[in-house]
Amino acid sequence: MSRTPLDTVEHAAATPDVEQPWAELGLNKDEYARIREILGRRPTGAELAMYSVMWSEHCSYKSSKVHLRQFGEKAPQSEAMLVGIGENAGVVDVGQGYAVTFKVESHNHPSYVEPYQGAATGVGGIVRDIIAMGARPVAVVDPLRFGAADHPDTRRVLPGVVAGISGYGNCLGLPNIGGEVVFDACYQGNPLVNAGAIGVMRHEDIHLAKASGAGNKVILYGARTGGDGIGGASILASETFDDAKPSKRPAVQVGDPFQEKLLIECTLEAFREKLVVGIQDLGAAGLSCATSELASNGSGGMRVELDDVPLRDSTLSPEEILMSESQERMCAVVEPAKVDRFLEICEKWDVIATVIGEVTDGDRLEIYWHGGKIVDVDARTVAHEGPVYDRPYARPDWQDALQADDAAKLPRPESSDELRAQVLKLVGSPNQASKAWITSQYDHLVQGNTVLARTEGDSGMIRVDEETGLGVAIATDGNGRYAKLDPYTGAQLALAEAYRNVAATGAKPLAVSDCLNFGSPEDPAVMWQFVEAVRGLADGCLQLGTPVTGGNVSLYNQTGEAAIHPTPVVAVLGVIDDVARRTPAAFREEGQLIYLLGDTEPEFGGSAWSQVIHDHLGGLPPKVDLERERLLGEILISASRDGMVDAAHDLSDGGLIQAVVESALEGGTGARLVVPDGLDAFTFLFSESAGRAIVSVPRSEELRFTDMCGARGLPATRIGVVDGDAVEVQGEFTLPLAELRSAHEGVIEGLLA
Amino acid sequence: MARVVVDVMLKPEILDPQGQAVQRALPRLGFEGISDVRQGKRFELEVDGPVDDAALARIHELAESFLANTVIEDFTVKVEEVAEAAK
Amino acid sequence: MTTRIGVVTFPGSLDDRDAQRAVRIAGAEPVALWHKDKDLKQVDAVILPGGFSYGDYLRAGAISRFSPVMETLIEQAKAGLPVLGICNGFQILAETHLLPGAMLRNNHLHFVCRDQKLRVENADTAWTSDYAAGQEILIPLKNADGRYTADEYTLDKLEAEGRVAFRYLTDGPEADGYGNPNGSLRNIAGITNEAGNVVGLMPHPEHAVESLTGGGTDGLPFFTSILKKLVTA
Repeated sequence: MSRTPLDTVEHAAATPDVEQPWAELGLNKDEYARIREILGRRPTGAELAMYSVMWSEHCSYKSSKVHLRQFGEKAPQSEAMLVGIGENAGVVDVGQGYAVTFKVESHNHPSYVEPYQGAATGVGGIVRDIIAMGARPVAVVDPLRFGAADHPDTRRVLPGVVAGISGYGNCLGLPNIGGEVVFDACYQGNPLVNAGAIGVMRHEDIHLAKASGAGNKVILYGARTGGDGIGGASILASETFDDAKPSKRPAVQVGDPFQEKLLIECTLEAFREKLVVGIQDLGAAGLSCATSELASNGSGGMRVELDDVPLRDSTLSPEEILMSESQERMCAVVEPAKVDRFLEICEKWDVIATVIGEVTDGDRLEIYWHGGKIVDVDARTVAHEGPVYDRPYARPDWQDALQADDAAKLPRPESSDELRAQVLKLVGSPNQASKAWITSQYDHLVQGNTVLARTEGDSGMIRVDEETGLGVAIATDGNGRYAKLDPYTGAQLALAEAYRNVAATGAKPLAVSDCLNFGSPEDPAVMWQFVEAVRGLADGCLQLGTPVTGGNVSLYNQTGEAAIHPTPVVAVLGVIDDVARRTPAAFREEGQLIYLLGDTEPEFGGSAWSQVIHDHLGGLPPKVDLERERLLGEILISASRDGMVDAAHDLSDGGLIQAVVESALEGGTGARLVVPDGLDAFTFLFSESAGRAIVSVPRSEELRFTDMCGARGLPATRIGVVDGDAVEVQGEFTLPLAELRSAHEGVIEGLLA
Repeated sequence: MARVVVDVMLKPEILDPQGQAVQRALPRLGFEGISDVRQGKRFELEVDGPVDDAALARIHELAESFLANTVIEDFTVKVEEVAEAAK
Repeated sequence: MTTRIGVVTFPGSLDDRDAQRAVRIAGAEPVALWHKDKDLKQVDAVILPGGFSYGDYLRAGAISRFSPVMETLIEQAKAGLPVLGICNGFQILAETHLLPGAMLRNNHLHFVCRDQKLRVENADTAWTSDYAAGQEILIPLKNADGRYTADEYTLDKLEAEGRVAFRYLTDGPEADGYGNPNGSLRNIAGITNEAGNVVGLMPHPEHAVESLTGGGTDGLPFFTSILKKLVTA
């Protein structure tokens, strides 16, 4: 058997001229040179593997970092913020000693390749982020975007993604309480599968990813390590071993939700017994990431014996072990005296756990394999001091023409009959139709604390404390069409909508997380979209007083030259003192008065109407007035707390008529509407002006409610009454609920099932 | 070392929607002339030592009590020759 | 003396805390039982909760059925200990043959989570005495493998002996919770053993005990039924 010598640190120092496959690993020439400069020698194969994955766009945010800094620089003063950007997930104080952590992440590309497993492992990853903060996960949400609903490939991707989320999430026992489903041809080759999760803990239980205290043990636990997601590392493997071909590496990672459920329970039990000094989940970049981040965030270094890592595939090379992205693994730092108890808990839950190393003095990360030292680096240079690029960006030359193509010029319905037909067409279009076929595949009830989910309210809501009724609400929103027309405004509209959705249910918006989905940063036009969106979001968060606690950037979402619409997805988290006071969306009580809050302008750019009726995208998106959003939010929250409204629904895509139809169908009770003075029926029904909501007010509360709006200066217009079994717009048309229901429901399964 | 294969199939009278879903997809994929599809499970047991009657009897018991639910499933047990990998 | 009702946690059990909460709301004391522990801690009744024990790998309930706790449970159930199997718990009870039949993949092949209309067919079991026979109730249902199957002989026998405890109601609009959600034979949602102490059903009564979180309280009588039975016993 002939074997080239193990590429140890010593060997690397002695053989400076060995050719290394840095380009195949995705590094550029300058980056490779920088690694050599940092080390003062060529990297070993293992070191090269680590730097290449940790300096990738996905892990290092090298193209986005310079812009993301604004979220910190412009962060509003907020006492709620307990842990900020940079950790696995941000942590927010929600009162009564509770803290909440939440985050949204993308799993876009894997979900296109293999929809079921891609989406499933996306859920798995975000949930591990949450438990790594010390929190018990309490809910998940899934903002999803697909190609055209009638495209054959959407039939492959969407059912697979939904089944993956359902199969994995349901098996973990996490209620799925919200999200979005959007169809647009721009996502045909690049579906956006974003997964969000919320976790709850007591303040004293917050855990951070850091390795401190020399002599503390590093424990790897969970699934065995296999050759998952290592792509490029096989190149290194074949260089190291010239006689033993590595066995075939899986192209698709398979999630094991049962293993993840055990991981959750065993981690939480270890937290409860205060056995954990620091913890990190293994996601992208696997052990490379976990060891380098733990070491660079803590006060010490780390020494790891790679031979001790339990393997699923014994042919793996050390480089592959370091890069493996096998799912359902975690890494904990535990004091020596507590190791036995930690291992006992793992055994109780049938989770494999192995001590693989320990925390050392100093700042070096040292990794050994077969007795040789194959990694000796300053952990910070791997985890945090990667390259940073300020990529060129430029407003695309087509932007002016796009904005000039004003949707207000599109032909409008000329008769009441045509108006009625367009309403039916709108509420039955894939984007506006009921998503029940999808959401009924998710368990929204498990854990028994779900107060609002699906279409019950504008945000999902979870009870945190059974005694006091304290709860949290979450909404995720994004509108790529608006952002395409104007990325700065589009990002703020996403923020405003999520903020409004949280307030509509009676919760006070506290903090923001985001998932920024864009095309290639190497295209200056895309980069401009990104820069504008980040600026818009940072400015918006400052103005609304809701800090960004963390987020995720997904770039290169494009097919050939064609990028997706810029799609910043914004999650807003809110708190409500007593979930019994929440405001649902359904019209239930006949005779209650329907009020429209906010101002309606003729704004149709990027609207659902322009898309569904005219297949048009042009003009400017609706204007944003964040002070007005904040005022509207305050009114909705006060009205909920003081019992002045029984239903509330925000107005966004599809405009007022979409909201009225949803509230009517949800409650099984109709509405009679009157077009207010100064508005035409078309604008009244289809405009997408921001900063608006409808509420249903019991007659006994009308005066109190209108007085409150008047005193605070929020326009409140009485537009109708909850009544009957039809949606009627006086003088225009009547749509029986049964007819609306048959147009609105069954659309998605008709296309996809 | 020997391999024993246990095949578990839904009983013929039990509805198999997964098999039906596969069958329904066949014409779409251009496969004609397949009148029925039923989906089952295959277990490959790597057995240490000889696969004698006693071992087979134990595997039969294992299949009957655990691998298959005989309320809804039938099973078969067969020994598979494993070609010794050339070294 | 408080009534103590055990709730078994298997690896992958999900609705165990929910079942404990329902027991508490009904006024009994929930006792956590662990699958590796043969000891039933002298509880007065046991609930096998919903979830995906062992990930539903092999078949739903097939691996849990061989847990140490089940050895004691099977023995005591045969001697009269009241046992309620909800969803995965029902699947486990079927695997043990304490209840006849089996659960297969839903006929539409999807997981389904919805509010489901049921009729209580047998109000004489340990877990249903607070209902009236024929009462129609709304209980959440959530499962992937919920299609109840048994051979014709067994089905006829169950019907003749009044052992179909719950049936899916199909004569109404789907939006209101009607319809057979999974293809169960004869619309069977739940059954009981001959003695009436062992009951299993696919829908989740423990998720219908608070109007705030489950959309109703139609499930509460399960837990008050057993409480009354045990208190008056």
